Amino acid sequence: MVSIDVWNASVDFPIFDAKSRSLKKLALGKVGGKIGSEGKVPIIEALHDITLSLKDGDRVGLVGHNGAGKSTLLRLLAGIYEPTRGQSRIVGKVAPVFDLGVGMDPEISGYENIMIRGLFLGMSRKEMEKRVDDIAQFTELGDYLSMPLRTYSTGMRVRLALGVVTSINPEILLLDEGIGAVDTAFLAKARDRLKGLVARSGLLVFASHSDEFLAEFCNTAIWMDEGHVKMHGDLREVLIAYKGYDPFERMHLSHDAPVLSGNGGEKQ
Amino acid sequence: MQATSTLDQAEAPPAVKSRSFKRAFADVREAWDHRELWGHLGWQDIKQRYRRSVIGPLWITISMGTTALALGLLYSVLLDAELPAFLPYITAGFIIWNFILGCVTEGTDVFIANEGLIKHLPAPITIHVMRMVWRQVLFLAHNLVIYLIVMVIFFGTLSEPYRMTDGGTLQPGISWTILLAIPGFVLLAVNAVWVSLLFGVISTRFRDIPPVVNSFINLVFFMTPIVWDADILTKVTKTAGSDSQWRVLIAELNPVYHFVEVVRAPLLGHHVDWHHWVVVGGFTVVGWLAALVILRNYRARVSYWV
Repeated sequence: MVSIDVWNASVDFPIFDAKSRSLKKLALGKVGGKIGSEGKVPIIEALHDITLSLKDGDRVGLVGHNGAGKSTLLRLLAGIYEPTRGQSRIVGKVAPVFDLGVGMDPEISGYENIMIRGLFLGMSRKEMEKRVDDIAQFTELGDYLSMPLRTYSTGMRVRLALGVVTSINPEILLLDEGIGAVDTAFLAKARDRLKGLVARSGLLVFASHSDEFLAEFCNTAIWMDEGHVKMHGDLREVLIAYKGYDPFERMHLSHDAPVLSGNGGEKQ
Repeated sequence: MQATSTLDQAEAPPAVKSRSFKRAFADVREAWDHRELWGHLGWQDIKQRYRRSVIGPLWITISMGTTALALGLLYSVLLDAELPAFLPYITAGFIIWNFILGCVTEGTDVFIANEGLIKHLPAPITIHVMRMVWRQVLFLAHNLVIYLIVMVIFFGTLSEPYRMTDGGTLQPGISWTILLAIPGFVLLAVNAVWVSLLFGVISTRFRDIPPVVNSFINLVFFMTPIVWDADILTKVTKTAGSDSQWRVLIAELNPVYHFVEVVRAPLLGHHVDWHHWVVVGGFTVVGWLAALVILRNYRARVSYWV
């Protein structure tokens, strides 16, 4: 059973090097979390009183303005941040794909990066060696895999990161926006893999500003606003409420019935 | 399938306490389970540093060799010591000191330097410490080549009882006790882990600690019998009378001296003094307790602080 449960969780960042006076002015701004300064150290309340329950088969899109707390929420769900107040419980193996540069060494080859990524995600060296060919095939990077990572384009890095993450059978996959850099052909491939992942009773949370991607991968959505969950429900309903119009109407017909929108991806 | 958040929320919050010794131990244990990861990363760090250089990690060995040779020549003259006995002494001491230096200076910086990884991948924080200590072990392994060369050259002197300085202690010479260097070094490495866990977490919160440590560590080097010999203290004491006994404390009160000595004495065939082992053992226990308390209370805060 894969699940993420969060009860009344808050994430407060202490900002040790900020002058609290100038921060008070900042607090009037609308972007970013609330800034409190009850104690000596100013605090940014990135997430406030989050209560969530995600189970296997859930494919959740994460929408919201910049600084609404999407990335922080993803990190809370990944277990990177333990809530300052409240509780969280994560059951299952988490594979986060946040910043594509992190955990990737630009100076070493794609192969070596695959290995390191895999080890970080809890694989053993042997298990990764078995998967390398599969990843190489999936990413279509060919001989580039022996080149240093710094020679890769952004899209190629996304391919590599997604290739590793989807090959290791994660139970919980958390994606942040960066994946937008890949081309459509590859996306179709990635979709199949993600579909398989969700079908294996995995759980997907995907933060994106792109309606197409959300429609492609998700069936429910969370709307984050100023560190709160403003709305959580059906993807279309949330998007309509968030955008003020129905983005699905404008999309191409094929997106009206996205392959992934079945129940857990089993029926097409 | 409609997932509505609060309606099907699981039962009441479990009593999962983030601040517990169980979680602190789990962090260390999981880091050990990930040994393939930090083992790999440690190697990678070394390879990385010498990428594109022609002789690669051999530079580590060469720089250690020249330093040890120069210091050995200089100080054996200054202290009027026997070169065949004193050069190995300085070499071994300097290699061990380099390990300690690396662990302490990089240890204070260990979480700050790994900010990206800590914020992007859920992993026990002890992993970063293990990777750093492992890297230092690999550096030490490269430097051991110098020790072996020096040993081969001066084995004649060191294999029989010898004195480093005129009137110094008579050392028994190399024997089976050389094997004690292995447990000695394991103890040293185990201590390196708690030191960097403890100071790493504190430094992440208080960024003044790394510069403070960096400016005092040189002082520690000169205060520790590495380029000089603790025998000198007793020699001075003998000539100056009994009221200058306190001078021995210059070395004895310095914990680093004991850590150096548990590894160095067996390597050189010096007399193995068990009180060093007792001191090091005590530091191991107390230090790990302190590190576990810090880990218990602030482990979860590190990702907020970096």
